[in-house]
Amino acid sequence: MAGFREYKIGSRLFGLALGGSMTITLFFPSINIASVSSTDIALTKQLAIGHESGFNLDDPWMQGKNKPLSVSLKVDPLTNQPISGGMQVYVYEKGTSLPNGVDHPKILGEGIRELSVQDGRVKDAKKDVGAVFTLAKGMYQDKQYSYIDDLTATKGWTPAEVMRVAKDSDVSMAGKGKTFFIREGCWWCHTLLPEETQDWQVFGAPPMLGDFNGESPTAFGSDRKGPDLLHVGSRNSSKEWMMMHFFNPRLVQPHSIMPRFDYLWGKYDADGKKINYAEWRKEYNEYREGKRVSPPDVPSYASNSDIRGLIDFILSLK
Amino acid sequence: MLKYLFAKNEDIPAGSAAIFFGFSAILWFVMGTGLGSFNAAKLAFPDFVTGNAYFSFGHMRQVHVMAVIFGWISMAFAMAMMYITPALGNNKLWSEKLGIWNCFLWNAGLVLGLTALWMGITSGREYSDFPWPIDLYLASCVFIPLGVNVWMTIINRRTQGIYTTNWFFAAATFMVIIVFLIGNLPEFFHLTGLTEAYLTWWFAHNVLGLWITPVAAAIAYYTIPKVTGNPLYSHRIGHLHFWSVVVFYSTPAAHHLMSAPLPEWLKSFASVEGVLILVPAIAFVSNIMLTMQGKWYMFVENIEVRFTVTGCLMAIPLNMQGGFQQTRAINWYIHGTGWIVAHAHLALLGFSTFLEVAAVYYGMQTIMRRKLYSITLANMHFWLLLIGFTVYWVSMTIAGLIQGAGKIYEVPYIDVVIAEHPYMIARWLGGSMVFSGNILWLYNMWMTARKGTVVPQGRLPHELAYER
Repeated sequence: MAGFREYKIGSRLFGLALGGSMTITLFFPSINIASVSSTDIALTKQLAIGHESGFNLDDPWMQGKNKPLSVSLKVDPLTNQPISGGMQVYVYEKGTSLPNGVDHPKILGEGIRELSVQDGRVKDAKKDVGAVFTLAKGMYQDKQYSYIDDLTATKGWTPAEVMRVAKDSDVSMAGKGKTFFIREGCWWCHTLLPEETQDWQVFGAPPMLGDFNGESPTAFGSDRKGPDLLHVGSRNSSKEWMMMHFFNPRLVQPHSIMPRFDYLWGKYDADGKKINYAEWRKEYNEYREGKRVSPPDVPSYASNSDIRGLIDFILSLK
Repeated sequence: MLKYLFAKNEDIPAGSAAIFFGFSAILWFVMGTGLGSFNAAKLAFPDFVTGNAYFSFGHMRQVHVMAVIFGWISMAFAMAMMYITPALGNNKLWSEKLGIWNCFLWNAGLVLGLTALWMGITSGREYSDFPWPIDLYLASCVFIPLGVNVWMTIINRRTQGIYTTNWFFAAATFMVIIVFLIGNLPEFFHLTGLTEAYLTWWFAHNVLGLWITPVAAAIAYYTIPKVTGNPLYSHRIGHLHFWSVVVFYSTPAAHHLMSAPLPEWLKSFASVEGVLILVPAIAFVSNIMLTMQGKWYMFVENIEVRFTVTGCLMAIPLNMQGGFQQTRAINWYIHGTGWIVAHAHLALLGFSTFLEVAAVYYGMQTIMRRKLYSITLANMHFWLLLIGFTVYWVSMTIAGLIQGAGKIYEVPYIDVVIAEHPYMIARWLGGSMVFSGNILWLYNMWMTARKGTVVPQGRLPHELAYER
């Protein structure tokens, strides 16, 4: 190439500058971040939310497929004896992608990965068979750690058996709900990150570095136009409030600018009746104009509706 | 366009790729700002077009952002590169055919990607919202062909030296490919946790800092000397600008995550580098302003100069804001508020857009060899853009400061929402002015193509008087 010799020097310097900048800002931080161990919150999130909540080839239309179920187990599925205090398990039915910490125990952190592999036998979990996981505590080199226990491998509990003894009211579809959180763009207004400086008094404790291991996408949120939601489950655990708020935010918060999410109810309500949205809106407008004393009731949602998953997810954010 | 896609490269008239990119860019600008206006209406009037997944804010928000960034801004850049790079090398574009294919595939891919976003199919990561197959498509069919075309044109130049604009074009087209591929690693390789969050914002920052900012500045380095006839004030300051952008703008990605649990050393490093962004900013503004010496009357008389100088002047508050926003002292207050939205629009709608608009005005007239159809419409476009943008910026800055106050005074969050409401309406009005201005522009450009006065060979459009 014709040109001044300065261009050769310049190109090499450019490479050096860009390479140097990327080393400092990409390579070094990744070593730093990768060395952090998962907290209990991270492990719970991984198990409850699953492999990926954004676009992925197993759920390209973002319908909440390929996600686990969180089950509050009351009886042992094999012996049918009640479990004292209940047990929180995470059911990965056949074909569901496994949590990131199970596929790649390395990201769990020191102690946790060894316990998960040796005691929890997570490497025995297979996607095409399915698995049931829980959080367990164990000792490694004289320190106590939480770890992921593959109950299918250690106790022989299969997803089918756990679901047989579980009631729908014990099942939380928080995993599916996070997919809808991403799809509906909730994170564009509601952050999932109380800031380290001022927010903690109003929105709760800011998350720690180890709270995000294995979570994808982290969905911190964009600019905040609504309250932070990372600890909303601790502030507001009312399913009824959530239902009204999602169906029409202005029912419970007249000055809210949040859009309506009534379409997430789907076609049928909990009793199998068709939901008449137009009728509801008409009655609501009459209420707003003062012709009705109270607003129309929000329909109960069907157990397989999108809104069920979303509300389960929001309530799981404790 | 279809006949050029399959013609031989030699048969395609010089400047065709630029024209196609130019009209595509203007169309995307109209669509992108229309989407913006639609979204703003939803924030001001929450029940505007409600109850439907496809038109909900959560689906439409990213469509607006991606349409303006990868539709308007990036295509206007491509248009500028298609005619400026060869002109500066005293040569023709290496391949008009590649340019036209690039434009065609770009438009097709963008429509596909935006449709996916509109349906809710997103990766959940701001700025890298497109699902990864679309990202691969964009890297391979949009940025790589553009980069190849620009590089080959520069390599085959007939001048010995390379002018400032072309350093930026070459570096930016190269860097954007790297940024695109590395920034989307979380999607390609399913990286998780804070690594994913950080890479997402590394991508976002570097699209802004290594693609949008340098190329917009580079365009000004061409437009002002070319239209005024003055030589660039200082080559040395151009050097300073170039190198300081590469070093200081590629590093402070962590400043988007100052309140997140990232390693503190990374945040401090980002703060320092980020404040140093003032160095290229001051270099750029001073260089361009000083190049205008003796020709300030053109600011009044000439639309391209007016747009460019206004954009340049906007770089002053932009970089002052940007430089200091990333210090922890200021960041804690304004993070996640409307101030940031105002800042983002100052950068993309203020600084960047004003500079590209000038290049598109100038380029389209020069290549089509037609003088602008109506200076009145161009003036209206300028004022609608400027006033609309200013209303937007002022209202969102105020709203942001109120939201920041909400962080200190522990008021119920709804009080903050109520306080912002008038500014949301003002923002919508400002954005709608921008949208209307763009519709006028599209009409003006179309009429220029059909009925503009012919500019004789060797004359510049502004040397001719308006016949109307």
